Amino acid sequence: MNSRSKCFARIIIAVTACGFLVYGTARGEVEIVLNKAVNICLECIGLG
Amino acid sequence: MKRKIVQIIAFGYSNAHLLNFKGGKIYQGKWKQFCNPGLNCYSCPAAGFACPIGALQAVNGSMEFQFSFYVVGVLLAFGVLLGRAVCGWLCPFGLIQELIHRIPSPKLRLKKIFLYLKYLVLVVFVFVLPVTATNYMGMGKPAFCQYICPAGTLQGGIPLLGTHEELRRTIGALFSLKMAILLLTIVGCIFIYRFFCRTLCPLGAIYGLMNKVSLCHLEVDKNRCVNCGKCKNICKMEVDPVREPDSAECIRCGACAQICPKNAIDVGLTKQDRKCRDAEKSV
Ligand code: SF4
Ligand code: SF4
Ligand code: SF4
Repeated sequence: MNSRSKCFARIIIAVTACGFLVYGTARGEVEIVLNKAVNICLECIGLG
Repeated sequence: MKRKIVQIIAFGYSNAHLLNFKGGKIYQGKWKQFCNPGLNCYSCPAAGFACPIGALQAVNGSMEFQFSFYVVGVLLAFGVLLGRAVCGWLCPFGLIQELIHRIPSPKLRLKKIFLYLKYLVLVVFVFVLPVTATNYMGMGKPAFCQYICPAGTLQGGIPLLGTHEELRRTIGALFSLKMAILLLTIVGCIFIYRFFCRTLCPLGAIYGLMNKVSLCHLEVDKNRCVNCGKCKNICKMEVDPVREPDSAECIRCGACAQICPKNAIDVGLTKQDRKCRDAEKSV
């Protein structure tokens, strides 16, 4: 990959990342993450 | 040395709630809605942020959604900026593995075929199983956390089971499986540098793919390189930076750049001034 196409790919990915972040936050995914992270996850600790 | 300091700071900010170990509680504040760039279990009493791989599976397996735009957005953002430099500099479980590798023992190389396992783990355990293996309510379990992740067993399982009698009473075959994987990881890391990162980590797989485009990059000045092979020999991730500067296994640790007698290698976010480095090395 030459540096021009790398630069182009970076811009596309950065814009996609921002779009995903905004859309994911707007549709309420952050609450699911928070709810999972503040309670003991039985799967993580090997009991679930 | 600079890298070790950054790694220790990253470990510290990721696990700042040390007092929680005493009571076997986990931190429940708002910061946990944000994802850590590296692998750090959110069931660890000290953890202050969410684990990105756990969070990804939680949303993928939820009743409402089958794909997490939020977590993928976070991973793309970290990935395009840093790529696998996250592994080399910021990941708490990466640091743990490096410390384990310091235990004196013969050091072994890893067969290349095992490097591909982590991509399979990413697809099957992080994306497919949480969405397809669902219960009657349409909820899937975080399969990577449940069946594989040794970070969860080490950081969450051991401290929480140590402090909660009621949890200890429910230990079963699944816990034995996870303990066996943790033991395999520890033994693997003693002999092979970052054994888990290279074979099983789905986060390493994502960041590795992004090494090709990330702003933090490795560059070799072919006019300066004399093909002495010192860079390849020093690399504990078994990468040849001259042949594969964008290798998915390169954690941007910078060891090759430091050893290069011709200052032909640059690792970082910007192009460093080679003349300046030449002068530094000659001092
Ligand atoms: S078990 Fe592993 S993947 Fe799951 S939340 Fe903990 S560290 Fe993350
Ligand atoms: S491969 Fe995974 S465990 Fe290893 S340093 Fe990267 S994110 Fe952390
Ligand atoms: S190629 Fe260089 S920067 Fe990459 S992992 Fe190997 S020694 Fe570190």
